[in-house]
Amino acid sequence: MSDHDHDHSELSEVELRVRALETVLVEKGYIDPTALDAIVETYEHKVGPRNGARVVARAWSDPEFRARLLSDATSAIAELGYGGRQGEHMVAVENTPGRHNLVVCTLCSCYPWPVLGSPPVWYKSPAYRSRAVIDPRGVLAEFGVELPAETQIRVWDSTAEIRYLVIPMRPDDTLGLSEERLAALVTRDSMIGVGLPLSPDSAEVR
Amino acid sequence: MNGAQDLGGMMGFGPIAPEADEPMFHHEWERRAHAVTLAAGACGLWNLDIGRHARESLPPAAYLSKSYYDIWISAVQKLALRTGMVDEAELRSGKAIAAARPVPGKWLAADVAKALAEGTPYTRPAPAPALFAAGATIRTKVMNPTTHTRLPQYARGKSGVVEAVRGCFVFPDSNAHGGGEDPRWLYTVRFTARELWGADADPSLEVSIDAFEPYLERA
Repeated sequence: MSDHDHDHSELSEVELRVRALETVLVEKGYIDPTALDAIVETYEHKVGPRNGARVVARAWSDPEFRARLLSDATSAIAELGYGGRQGEHMVAVENTPGRHNLVVCTLCSCYPWPVLGSPPVWYKSPAYRSRAVIDPRGVLAEFGVELPAETQIRVWDSTAEIRYLVIPMRPDDTLGLSEERLAALVTRDSMIGVGLPLSPDSAEVR
Repeated sequence: MNGAQDLGGMMGFGPIAPEADEPMFHHEWERRAHAVTLAAGACGLWNLDIGRHARESLPPAAYLSKSYYDIWISAVQKLALRTGMVDEAELRSGKAIAAARPVPGKWLAADVAKALAEGTPYTRPAPAPALFAAGATIRTKVMNPTTHTRLPQYARGKSGVVEAVRGCFVFPDSNAHGGGEDPRWLYTVRFTARELWGADADPSLEVSIDAFEPYLERA
């Protein structure tokens, strides 16, 4: 992909700039190197889309939780122990047979970190940010999702500090599955709105 | 500002090309850039909105060709220079030369988990009642500030409906430029695709933005 070729050709130049900045900020005492390690540890191992998947699985399993999630997502998500930076003001939006939700940040890269982790490269790319608001069906097709023409599409452009989490529709044939097994069906992309959850069959294969 | 960051509705960027099983970081320098950006911000010399403005005011050609972590680190370089944390010679040599300036804050390793878990809530007490209620028809203003704003160009001068009143929030247009937090009401405002994009637009599509009260006027 062109993005990666580009990264590659600039790698040494960027790498030097990052290293110089980090070194100077540490040497001057502004930044504690062990704090950097703690940040890396948090985002590589504690925060990520498995958190959001547990939220969705709980919503699928527990109607009262689902109602709380739809009325005050920040508090409901905190019940599972998730929250904080870039998830301070959460709103959950629910897909239904008649309506599909899709989330974008056309102006930068706003994304609900506590439940989805750091955004993938494509979410921050000009290609996604430019098209999501004008041609979401074309975007969905690129992700292999085709919705009926009569399905209403709602795009949420995160232009302020509200962060959106899509609650995808619960797949068929999942009656009686535990929350843990349901969570395994919930993909990151389905919580952004560019994908659908896995079916129980495909999840077994994985 | 009408910079390269304001991408909604632009064309010609090609396929999105999502990468299967994408790693969180593609290079070690991205991991460092992410952590340095957060830790440098914790020194307290700039806020979220100043940081965003530093990114979007990179030259458009640079903004559109850099990877996102390069945009981040380029903005931190710019802010660290502007605030006197570092100087050009230091960034060139990669060595501290001048004495450090005082800064309001610093994260130690033990602070990080708590600081990230608490985040930085942006809601504030309301200085006045909200002008609009859910269900109100509004029009977004036509405005082209040269400074930071969160009203995208594609949604200016458009008629929409207030879907939700989200509360009173720090106003980025002010907070990015030393004007203080100046809290304003924030609304989710919904538009039909036809209003935004014209008669050929997908009739099944609606788009919403989160708009601060100064962006709106009565329809």
